Order: sequence, then C-alpha cells, then structure tokens
Amino acid sequence: MSIPHRRFDALIIGAGGAGLNAALRLASADLRVAVVSKVFPTRSHTVAAQGGVNAALANVLPDDWHWHMFDTVKGSDYLGDQDAIEYMCREAIPTVYELEHAGVPFSRIDDGRIYQRAFGGQSQNFGGDQAARTCAAADRTGHAILHTLYQQNVRARTHFFDEYFAIDLIRDEEGAILGALVLEIETGEPLVIEAKATLLATGGHGQVFRTTTNAFINTGDGMAMALRAGVPLMDMEFYQFHPTGVAGKGMLITEGARGEGGYLINGDGERFMERYAPRALDLASRDVVARSMVTEIREGRGCGPNKDHVMLRLDHLGADVVHRRLPGITDICRVFLGLDPAEQAIPVFPTAHYAMGGIPTDRFARVVAPARHGPEEVVPGLYAAGECACVSVHGANRLGGNSLLDILVFGRAAGTDILAYVAEHPHHRPIRDTDIEPALTRLGRWDRTGEGESVAAVKADLRKLMEDHCGVFRDDATMAAGVDKLKALRERVEHVRLKDQSRTFNTARIEALELDNLVDVGMATLMSAFHRQESRGAHSRVDHPERDDEQWMKHSLYARDGDRMDYKPVRTKPLTVESFPPKARVY
Amino acid sequence: MQISVYRYHPEQDQQPRMQTYEVEEQPGMMLREALLAIKEQDETFAFRHSCGEGVCGSDGMNVNGSNKLACITPVSALKRPIQVRPLPGRPVIRDLVVDMTQFYEQYRSVQPYLIRKEPLPEQEIRQSPEDRDKLDGLYECIMCGACSTACPSFWWNPEKFHGPQALLASWRFLADSRDQATEERLDALEGPYKLFRCHTIMNCVEVCPKGLNPTRAIGKIKDLMLEKSI
Repeated sequence: MSIPHRRFDALIIGAGGAGLNAALRLASADLRVAVVSKVFPTRSHTVAAQGGVNAALANVLPDDWHWHMFDTVKGSDYLGDQDAIEYMCREAIPTVYELEHAGVPFSRIDDGRIYQRAFGGQSQNFGGDQAARTCAAADRTGHAILHTLYQQNVRARTHFFDEYFAIDLIRDEEGAILGALVLEIETGEPLVIEAKATLLATGGHGQVFRTTTNAFINTGDGMAMALRAGVPLMDMEFYQFHPTGVAGKGMLITEGARGEGGYLINGDGERFMERYAPRALDLASRDVVARSMVTEIREGRGCGPNKDHVMLRLDHLGADVVHRRLPGITDICRVFLGLDPAEQAIPVFPTAHYAMGGIPTDRFARVVAPARHGPEEVVPGLYAAGECACVSVHGANRLGGNSLLDILVFGRAAGTDILAYVAEHPHHRPIRDTDIEPALTRLGRWDRTGEGESVAAVKADLRKLMEDHCGVFRDDATMAAGVDKLKALRERVEHVRLKDQSRTFNTARIEALELDNLVDVGMATLMSAFHRQESRGAHSRVDHPERDDEQWMKHSLYARDGDRMDYKPVRTKPLTVESFPPKARVY
Repeated sequence: MQISVYRYHPEQDQQPRMQTYEVEEQPGMMLREALLAIKEQDETFAFRHSCGEGVCGSDGMNVNGSNKLACITPVSALKRPIQVRPLPGRPVIRDLVVDMTQFYEQYRSVQPYLIRKEPLPEQEIRQSPEDRDKLDGLYECIMCGACSTACPSFWWNPEKFHGPQALLASWRFLADSRDQATEERLDALEGPYKLFRCHTIMNCVEVCPKGLNPTRAIGKIKDLMLEKSI
C-alpha cells in the first residue's frame, strides 16, 4: 500500500494550549509547522480550564516568583524537579504578559491591571499568609487562552490538520523520531507526516477513570504513543482527584470558587477543613482537601440520603460575586443541578482530574529516557509538553493554576528549542517502509472482522476497574487485584472487533484506537502506584501512610515492554537559588 | 423514549433517512448521553462531541427543528419523538457530522485576533474594568455554529456573508479598548454581503446555547460605521 507523505520542519500533535503556544513560536519564526489535532483546535480540553493561571505579578497582594517556587515545591511533596520549577515560576510573569498582549480578555482590577484570585496552596513569604496569584478571565480562563492562541495562529498562518488522528510515532533504527502516521478522520485515509522535530502535546487521560472532569477526547494518546516508541512514562501513580467535581456527574467546579470565599461542609453542617488544615482551611493543597473529604464520608459524615458527598457553600458570598466572578460555574449548576449557587450549596466529590506524570522531559521540553549513558538521555527529534509530559514541575501533586502555566511555559520552551534543533539538523532523516510498519500494523489490527466484544464494553470495564482499584486511597491488596484484572482486560482487547469497517468519519474506529491508548496508560498508572510503597502527594497508601524520603524520593519510570519499573533521582538543585529541602507538609 | 436520528452514510446510502432508536431515559439525562446510548447499540452512528458541559462547542445539532448543543439539552424538555438532524445548510459528511469549512473560513476572514500598533508595554496593557465589561457577551463564543447555520442569509450566501458567528467575533475585537485596527476592520466589512446581508431575522439570538446576541453585535458594527462615516 502506498501512503502519501507530507514534509514539514516540525510536527505538533495536539492543539491545546501547549501545542498552540509552540506552534505560534515556530510559525512566527517562519518554520513550516504542521499541527495535527483529532478535534478542531478550539475544542481541545484546555478550553474547559476555569480558574486561571499562576504568575507572581503582585497585582492584588504582594508576591514574588521565589514564593511561587516554594509553594510549588512544597505542593509537589518534594518530588518536583527544582530546576524546572524555578524556570517555570520565573517565566510565568513574562508568559502572562505575553498572553495579555496577544488578546486574552483577563478580568481587571480598578487600576486596569490583571485580576488575580487566591487559589489552593499559595502563600506569601515561603509559607506565610494566603497569596493571590491566579490570573483569571472570570472562570473561563482556559477558554479565553485557547481561543486567543488559536486566533494568533490564524494570524501566523500555522498549517492545521484538523480532525486527523495520530496513530503512532515513526522511529528509525537509531531511535530518532521522524514524524508520525496519522489518519484523516473524514476520509479514513492514512498519511505520513515527516518532520525534523515532533512535539507531543496531546493532554491527559482522565477517560481512564469512570467519573472524571476530563472530556471524551482525553484518552492519553501521546503518552501511549511514547510508550509504544520505547519511551517510559514517569510518575504515573500521581493522579490528581480534584476536590470539587459535581457529585456523581464529574463536571468541574473551579478551586476559584473556594478562592472567592466558598467553603466545604459535611453532613453535620460542620466546616470540616478546620480540623485537617487549620491555617489554609479550604485552600489547602488539592490532595489534602480530597483526602479530607473522603475521610469525612468514610466516617459517616457525608451529605445526602446516601451520605456519599459533601457540600460546597457559596451562598454567603452574594449573587454579585458569584454571578460575576463565577459565571461559568453558575451555568453548570443551573444546567446540570437546577440550582443557583448564590442561593444553594453544590454537592461535590473528589473527581479524577489531572495527570502529574507523563512523558519524561527536561526543562527544554526534550523527551529524555534511560539509555546507554544515563537515565536522562535525549530522544532525538522528540519533544513533549503540557499534561502529557512530566518535566517534572508538579511532582506528586499539582497546585491549582499551575497547569495552564505549565502548558504555556513549556509549550513555548518546546518551540524555542525546536527552532535551534531544526537549525542544527536542516535535513529530514530518511524514512524506510519498515519504519512505518509498526504504526500500520496498529491501524490494520482494527480491520479484523468476525465475532468479538465491543469497544464500549471493554472501555466501561476499564474505567470501573481503575476507579475501584486506583482511587484516592490505595492499598497493596486492592491494587494487586487491580493489576491482575487489568492484565486480563488487556488480553480481552485482542478479541474486540469493529462491526463498522467503513472509512468515512468512522468514530468507532477512532474510539477503538483510543481504547488501545487507555489500556496502556491505565497499566502505567496502576503498575506505578502498586510499586510505590509510601504516601506522597496524591498517592495515598493506607498501608504505607507516611512519606519515605529515604527510599522513595525518586521518580518512577514505567516501561511497556514487560511492564517494567525503573527509577531515577529527583533534581533537587534549582538553577540559581538555594534548594528547598524536604520538610513535613502542613497547611 | 424514542429518538429519531438522521442517518446518511456516503459509502452505502443514496439518500438520507431517519432511524428511530429506543433509549432508556435517566433522570437529568442530556441529549448527548442519549446519543451515546444509541452509539452503544449501533456503533455505525456518528456525531461529534467532547467536553459534555457546553464549552468545547463540538455537538451543535438540530433538535426538533431548532439548533442546540446536545450536551446541555435535557431530554426531559424535548417533545416526543425527539427528532435529531445535522446543523442545517451545511454539507453532510456522515449522519450528524457536517462540513464546517465555510463557517471556519468566515471566522478566519474577519481578522479574529487582537491588533496592536503601538509598541507593547513591559507589563500588561491597562484596561479599565468598565472597558473589560464591554467584552462580556462577546468573548464567550464557543464556535459551535448553531447561530450561523440557523441564519437564512448564511444559507443563501455562505461564501460571501460572514454570518453571525464571525461578525460577533469581529465586534469582540472592535469593542476591545486594546485593539488598534478599527479603521481596517470596518473597511474590510464594506460591501453588500459581508456584513449587510444580515436582515435582523434574529434566529442567531434565539438559538445561541451560550445566550449571546450576535444581532446586537452586528447592529453595533453598523452604528460604528455610520459614526465613522460622518
């Protein structure tokens, strides 16, 4: 079969904030850049980010990037790499100004500067009073940023492949990445996109859990592509459960709701965070709040007839603050719950939200993997940024407002490094037919006909399994059983068949390819969690309740080949300032 | 409950047809969930969707004759049997999936980005809260296409008339105190079609799932043109 080829300097897979910010950098420098996205760019999940983006602008309260750095290191439960964290917190300030200049309609304070709200885990002066560091466009910050970045890419004439699905990376014998095999969804035709540099910016994998704030498209495609290209995934056990998903449904209620003064109550009407985080209260770190909520419910103090959730109160803030600062939340409550949050409390439960782990990169967004000369050798031609990547700036727990920051800073860093890389490597490396074969085999596997299970059935079981065996609280027996079940489920995927073998806009085929990705990424998550015998950040083991810096202050690496685990040290040395040594984490 | 959906598969069908499915109604069920239940029965049924909460704009479709976003449309409020068709006036690729190329082209043609001519400050460009308020009701557009595909003027002239979505975007930048391209923007809208094909039928206002008002934005552009011409 002869497959058409297209050639670009750079290929970006994913059109969320990371991909579009990288594309903007490259297109503005007149590179030939292709952006491949399985949905039209403004449908990418960045659009759903609500609360805002952190930067120490000090518009509302005193602030300093160094305080931001301290909070991020502490929030990461000392697993974040401090060189990357310093870089991100410094870069945050010019990054937000750059976005504003690009047109983002930030909310404003009276003197015309950008509005900033309080978010969880933020402090002044290295652990002192609450800070206000999160730059917001009402509670639609992700939408405002994504649309602005798309608009600026329209201006820069970036070349978009809208509604193309990436099947797999193309790799040569020496391990260099040469581009990707993609599928045009409308026609069902495969296409090879050759590129000197390829950036994975495919976002998260929340669809691996049954109840999630994530969109249908968040299926871990880039992470799974990296795994299949022989790159391990890093720190996958650290998966964030956002404290305030709408109970039973999963829609996100921004942490900004608590930042504006909202608080949680249990079934007795008690403001229970006073007992768990006496200083920070409801604005403690997300892992802390989520655990406190689940503990309240487990101990019988939940709300509702089944005592299976807690309530978020905003009704004391006044309709003006609620409707003006949180219009999107107001809409969600009206549409999905039939209530006005300025008058009634919102039922909430911790909900699968964000992957701290992902494809290992350095702070230039270059993918690094263990090879002959050490654990962090650059994979030639491959970059990753955003939620699919693990730099690691979030370590074991991400602070609210740091994910929009991560995608923007490291998307841009990827663009900058790709410019230099392409200048040094001006020619495409040759692609041989055998380099493309593995990707074609993966695609062709779904042409098999006959009797078999449906994609939907296996996917539903996977999501239930992950929720049951890899949730907020974990223990050895539950996860061991989960690993066995997941291995059995992985076998079942072999016997799944597509009934619809047509070409034109075959969404069933796309969902089958996504199922492959979810299973791989689910295994990485569960296996990494099973092996880490301590509690750190979002990874809470009932049977190992303490953090163990002696044994476990190290990054996990999961390789698909043989489901192998490996580890590498945390980078504790920042770029210019003193290191923050691990301490007990109290809020 | 019965849901009748538009089916067309170019590899198999000469003509489109309506196909009825039986779906079990759940409390609080949105139309998107009902369509997902159909997809579970029949994987050949195709529609776009993603976020499930009305922000990505993927699942615009025509429901009982009116354009809606499936994920925020409760089935309990819909007359039975529910009739679901693709957004009107666009070429159908398959089932509920339509070709939105012209819609996106029109958006891209209004210079939908901030244009600043003065040198940029080191910090943010200042904007008063009052000036920022002028963008409310404009920037929230999710590009679902419900408005433009409900507009008769866009049906007749999709290659010449910008349509309500693109014009709302045009006003979003004209209304932004930071933008410095008012003259060019207005000049580019001259002529009988791009802007002036709007006959204030107001279908766009009626169907917008985010409660935005493109007709008012178009009126403001016309007012500004008039003001500038005097």
